[in-house]
Amino acid sequence: MSGVGITTELVRRRAPAPVRRRKFLIAVANHSLLIAAAIAFLAPIVFIALTALMTNNQALSSRLWPHPFAWHNFVTVFTTAPMWRWILNTLQYSVLATIGVVLSSVPVAYALARLRWRGRQVAFMIVLIALMLPPQVTVVPLYVMWSKLHLVGTLWPVIIPNWLGDAFSIFLLRQFFVTIPEEYLDAARVDGCGELRLLGTVVLRLAKPAIAAVALFSFLYTFNDFFLPLLYVGTQPHRWVLSIGLSEFRSLHQVEWNLTMAATLLMMAPVIVLFFLAQRAFVEGVTLTGVKG
Amino acid sequence: MSLTPAARAGAATAVAPALDRRRAKRHAAWRRRRLVLLLMSPWIVGFSAFFGYPLVMSVYLSFTRYDLLSPPQWIGLRNYRYMFNLDPQTWTAIKNTLWFIGIAVPLQVLFAFGIALMLARARRGVGVFRTIFYLPAIAPPVAATLGFVYILNPATGPVNTILGHLGIPSPLWFQDPHWAKPALTMLSLWSVGNIMVIFLAAVLDVPRQLYESAELDGAGPLRRLRYVTVPTISPVILFALIFSVILGLQYFTQAFVAASVGQGQATQAADVTSANLGYPLDSTLFYPVLLYKHGFVDFQMGYASALAVVLLTVSFAVTLVIVLNSRRWVHYGGALR
Repeated sequence: MSGVGITTELVRRRAPAPVRRRKFLIAVANHSLLIAAAIAFLAPIVFIALTALMTNNQALSSRLWPHPFAWHNFVTVFTTAPMWRWILNTLQYSVLATIGVVLSSVPVAYALARLRWRGRQVAFMIVLIALMLPPQVTVVPLYVMWSKLHLVGTLWPVIIPNWLGDAFSIFLLRQFFVTIPEEYLDAARVDGCGELRLLGTVVLRLAKPAIAAVALFSFLYTFNDFFLPLLYVGTQPHRWVLSIGLSEFRSLHQVEWNLTMAATLLMMAPVIVLFFLAQRAFVEGVTLTGVKG
Repeated sequence: MSLTPAARAGAATAVAPALDRRRAKRHAAWRRRRLVLLLMSPWIVGFSAFFGYPLVMSVYLSFTRYDLLSPPQWIGLRNYRYMFNLDPQTWTAIKNTLWFIGIAVPLQVLFAFGIALMLARARRGVGVFRTIFYLPAIAPPVAATLGFVYILNPATGPVNTILGHLGIPSPLWFQDPHWAKPALTMLSLWSVGNIMVIFLAAVLDVPRQLYESAELDGAGPLRRLRYVTVPTISPVILFALIFSVILGLQYFTQAFVAASVGQGQATQAADVTSANLGYPLDSTLFYPVLLYKHGFVDFQMGYASALAVVLLTVSFAVTLVIVLNSRRWVHYGGALR
């Protein structure tokens, strides 16, 4: 971003002057493009935030800058809509699902990555296939099943499956487990450590970053999830999660864009905070899903 | 362990340890199998109940008429015939989904690749830029869609306000059947961070020597990109492309929310699940939206299953391509970095 840094670095390399100039120009062009793209990426958030701070009348006009700033919008959101109920429902879904995903996926991933048994390759293939097929493919019979169990209208149909292994988490953890050097495990085995204790101690300690990533992704996925909650609790407003509540916020409460954007920002906020708290886990996790060439 | 007394007597000293060893081995194998079974049990139950069973049931239900109230009634291929021959919305939905996969998905991959390339070349502020490009990818899709519907709304939206000041004719975006899909495409480009991070890791992993020798051979930046970067990370490009196609096949939330918020009509609470699918003029009626409509608005479970089976077949074909190629990209060959 600062030209000074770029030039000093180039001088250190002592390339001939024309080459140096060309490289410098390319770097400048590259950074200008990056800055332009970054502005384009930030603009939506900025506009959302500005509108969230407008009064009703300003939101009805085509003004871009709020005057005066209407901070109370964020309070008004809570009094207009049952936000607390939505938040509680969302937390119920996200927290319970995330605990279940971690507890059930770690042993499966370990068996797939570290134990040798017949059918392991096939099982892993099936996990990959389950990971890639759209959820819409199985949704109709599942809905029928849950309605026969009289659980449609509650959040249990979206929570319970997470306690029985999640394909994405199994995949991600497995990718991590295969990278643990065999010597670590063998050392523990020689010391007379059983396979289960090995998993509970050595492997868990080594896999902390991967488990953190899985928990993060699972929390994020369920927090953001719209399709499945819509199916099972869409007709039960008191069971709505944030994503459903937000999607109906404007039409249901007959409010202007300012309050809607305030609610939108409120839903984005936890995700952004979570990202900054756990940035490394995020980026490492994504890189882990993507593969090596 | 049935050995004749003679054999036992004759080979007592030699065989006994071997027998013990064999028994111990068998015991160990059994304990091992039990361990695998124990560790795999959550997945075995979960897979059977929430994947295997519904897959089979989907196929069965697709040959029936079923409204959840009375038992399913076998009608043979009629659902499929209706789907392809009579229901005009099927082809609209297929066309919309193909539009998304044919136009939005390649744009996403190109865009993510372009940003990753620029980031890989950047000398300053890489962390800040990466954060800015990645963050929208984890923003809740409902919130992101609401944001875009507002920003692009023709009446008070900032984008059209700015376009108006510049004297550029401004489209109606989510209110115009021709512009709704491009608007959704812009939203999908905004959320491209996941692929971008994967590309960035791959690009940074390309061995330096390759660039240096290419440079010695007189290759300029464009030719280095064409002959070094792209071939080296091609498995990752393939992965990103197919993964985006799969996400494109299940594209639902953004289309659903954009349609219902875009229309902006007051809806009854009970109506939340059905309002305005495909608005405007079925231009956002993607295949999963159509499936949702038949299954969970009209409760035609049989017909929705037929739609699901077609989606299954297509996704399975795409998935197979990945899995068959998985050796190239799934295995790290021991080391992560």
